Amino acid sequence: MRDGQELYRRMLMIRRFEELMHQEFKAGNVPGPLHLSIGQEAVAVGTCQHLHVSDQIVSTHRGHHHVLAKGASPDRLMAELLGRAAGYSRGRGGSMHVAIPELGIVGTNGIVGGGLPIAMGTAYAQSISDGDGVTVCFFGEGAAATGAFGEALNLAGLWKLPVVFVCENNQYVELTPASLHVAGGAIWKRASGYGIPGEAVDGNDVREMASAARTAIARARAGGGPTLIEAMTYRWLGHYAGDRAAYRDEAELEEARARDPLLALRTELDEGSAAQIEADVASELAEALTWALASAPATTDGIGLDHYATVNDG
Amino acid sequence: MMAEQRDIKFWQGLNQALHEEMARDDRVVLLGEDVARPGGPYGVTRGLLESFGHARVRDTPISEATIVGLGIGGAVAGLRPVVEIMFFDFTMLAMDQIVNQAAKYRYFTAGHSLPLVIRTMCGAGGPNGPQHSQSLEAWFAAVPGLKVVMPSNAADAKGLLKSAIRDDDPVLFIETLGLLTERHETPTADEYLLPIGETKVVRDGGDVTIVASGRIVGRALSAAKQLAGDGVSVAVLDPRTLQPLDMEPIVSSVAKTGRLVVAHEALRPFGLGAEIAAEVAERCFSELRAPIQRVTPEFVNVPTPVHLAEARVPGVGDIVAAVNRVLP
Repeated sequence: MRDGQELYRRMLMIRRFEELMHQEFKAGNVPGPLHLSIGQEAVAVGTCQHLHVSDQIVSTHRGHHHVLAKGASPDRLMAELLGRAAGYSRGRGGSMHVAIPELGIVGTNGIVGGGLPIAMGTAYAQSISDGDGVTVCFFGEGAAATGAFGEALNLAGLWKLPVVFVCENNQYVELTPASLHVAGGAIWKRASGYGIPGEAVDGNDVREMASAARTAIARARAGGGPTLIEAMTYRWLGHYAGDRAAYRDEAELEEARARDPLLALRTELDEGSAAQIEADVASELAEALTWALASAPATTDGIGLDHYATVNDG
Repeated sequence: MMAEQRDIKFWQGLNQALHEEMARDDRVVLLGEDVARPGGPYGVTRGLLESFGHARVRDTPISEATIVGLGIGGAVAGLRPVVEIMFFDFTMLAMDQIVNQAAKYRYFTAGHSLPLVIRTMCGAGGPNGPQHSQSLEAWFAAVPGLKVVMPSNAADAKGLLKSAIRDDDPVLFIETLGLLTERHETPTADEYLLPIGETKVVRDGGDVTIVASGRIVGRALSAAKQLAGDGVSVAVLDPRTLQPLDMEPIVSSVAKTGRLVVAHEALRPFGLGAEIAAEVAERCFSELRAPIQRVTPEFVNVPTPVHLAEARVPGVGDIVAAVNRVLP
C-alpha cells in the first residue's frame, strides 16, 4: 500500500540523515553538539503527516526528526549542522537552533521546556484567525518537570487552544532514566487535571501514532481544544553524540532495537518497493551531503547579522 | 503652526497609544494579568476590552513565561502582540522566554522579524517593596536582539509606545509607577511617533551635562533650574532608549561642558551610569575636566515603606551636590 511506502520513506530518510550526521560528527565535521533521535522517527512522521505547511510545530533540542517530517530540506539542514553559510541560520545556530518560519517550524530549542510557552502563542494566533490552523508542541518527558509544562497545559485548557501536546517519552532525560524525573509514571494522565483529553500511545508504531495524532489534530482544527499524547518510545543513542550511554544495560537497548519502528513497517512492504525506497533515500542524502560539504563554511562575516531589523534591513 | 497638545497623565499617554495602535492595526493584541476586565492593576489598559473585544484583549493566568511565550508565538504567527508583565520584578519568571527565545529569534531564522512589545511596570515610587520595585533595565540592555525603552513623561510614553508597537524587534517597554499620574503636554495627533534609539536633549546647557533616566529625569530638570539660579548652565539628556543607546548627543554635550553627571534609580554596579561613563571616557577623555559622577541609590534592597524606599533614591539635592562636585 502506498501510504505505508510513504511513511517508510519519510522515517528512513530521517534515520539515514541522522546516521550520516553522526558519521560526520565522528569525523569532526560538526562544529557543535548533536542530539540524535534515532529510534523515535515514528513519533515525528506519524504526527506531521497530518499537518499543512501553514500549521506550526515547536520542537526541542532533539528535533531533526520533527523538522524533517515537517518539510525541512535535508541539504540545508545538513548545511546548518555542518556550520555552512547555506544553513537555515547561516550555519551559526546548529542542531538546537533550527527555525524555518516559511515551513511552520518555529524552532528546535536549546532550552528544555522553552518551546511550550511559544506554542501557546502560535495556537492563540490560530484560534483568533479565520483559518483552522493547529500547533503541534513536541517535548520530552524531561520537560514535563518544568514550570512551562504546567503553565502551557493550564492556558491551553482554559482557552481551548488548537494545540496538540506530543510528549515524546524516550525513557531517558539527559543522562538519567525517566524514573528519576517523572512522578506518577504516566504524564498523559496529567491532562485530565486540566480538563484536556490525554492518552498514551506506542510511539514506535507509526500507524498507532498517526491514528492518535489524526484524531487530536482534527479535534483541534474543529475548535475542540487541546490534546496531550504521550508517545512511548526509546532513545537508541546517548543524550548527545559522543555520549556512550554507559549508564544503561545493553540488554535494554537490544530490546528496544527489536521494536525498531522502521523494521515493523518494512515487513508490510514488498521487498522490491522497500529496496527501491532505500536506494532512493541513500542517493538523495548522498547528494545532499556532497552539496552541504562542498558549500562555503560560515565565516565571521555573518556573526553580526540578524540581531535587529533596523540595522540589517534598513 | 503649533501641533495641538493636551496636558495628560502618563498612564493616559500609554492608554491612548494602545487605543490608537489597536484601532490602526488589527494584528495588535494585548495579553496579560488583569489587563482586560479590570483594565490593568493601575488602570493603564482601561477601555481596551470594551473597544477591541475578547479575541484581542485577554486576561491571562499568572504564568509569566507563557505570557511572553504567547507574544513570541503570536508574533511568529503574524500578530503584533503587546504583552504585559505586571511588575518588572516578575520578568524574572519569564527570563528564558525574553532572553533565550524572543531576543534570538531573528538570529535563528536568519532575519525574520519578531514584532513584540513586553510592557512592564517598575514599581518605584509606591509602597511595594523589594520584589515589586526593582530597576533591572541594565540586565536586559546587555542582551543582543532586545530593545529597551524607558520613558520619563506622558508624551514620551505615548510616542515611544506607539513606535515600539510598530517596531519589528522585541521591545522591553518599562513604565514607572511613580510617574503614572504625572502630567505632561502631549500632542494629540494620531501619528505622534517618537523614534526608538534617540537620546533627547531635554535642556541645553554649557557648564555641566546631566544624563538621567526614568523618574530621575524630572529631578535632574529641577536641579538644573535650581543651578541656573546660581549661574550654572546645565544640560539634561534623557536616553529614553537604553538599547540601542544613542551616545552621540551625550558625547557632543560632554565635549562642550567637559563635566558629566549620570543619575538613575537603578543600582550602581554594572549599570547605565557605568556604561555611559565608560563610553564617554573612551570617546572624549581629553574633553573631560572633572571625574565623572554617578548618582544612584545605595547598593541595598528597596524597603517597603515609601519613606524608606524614597530615601534611597537620588533627589534634587543629590544631583545638585554632584554637579557642584564637578564644577571648578
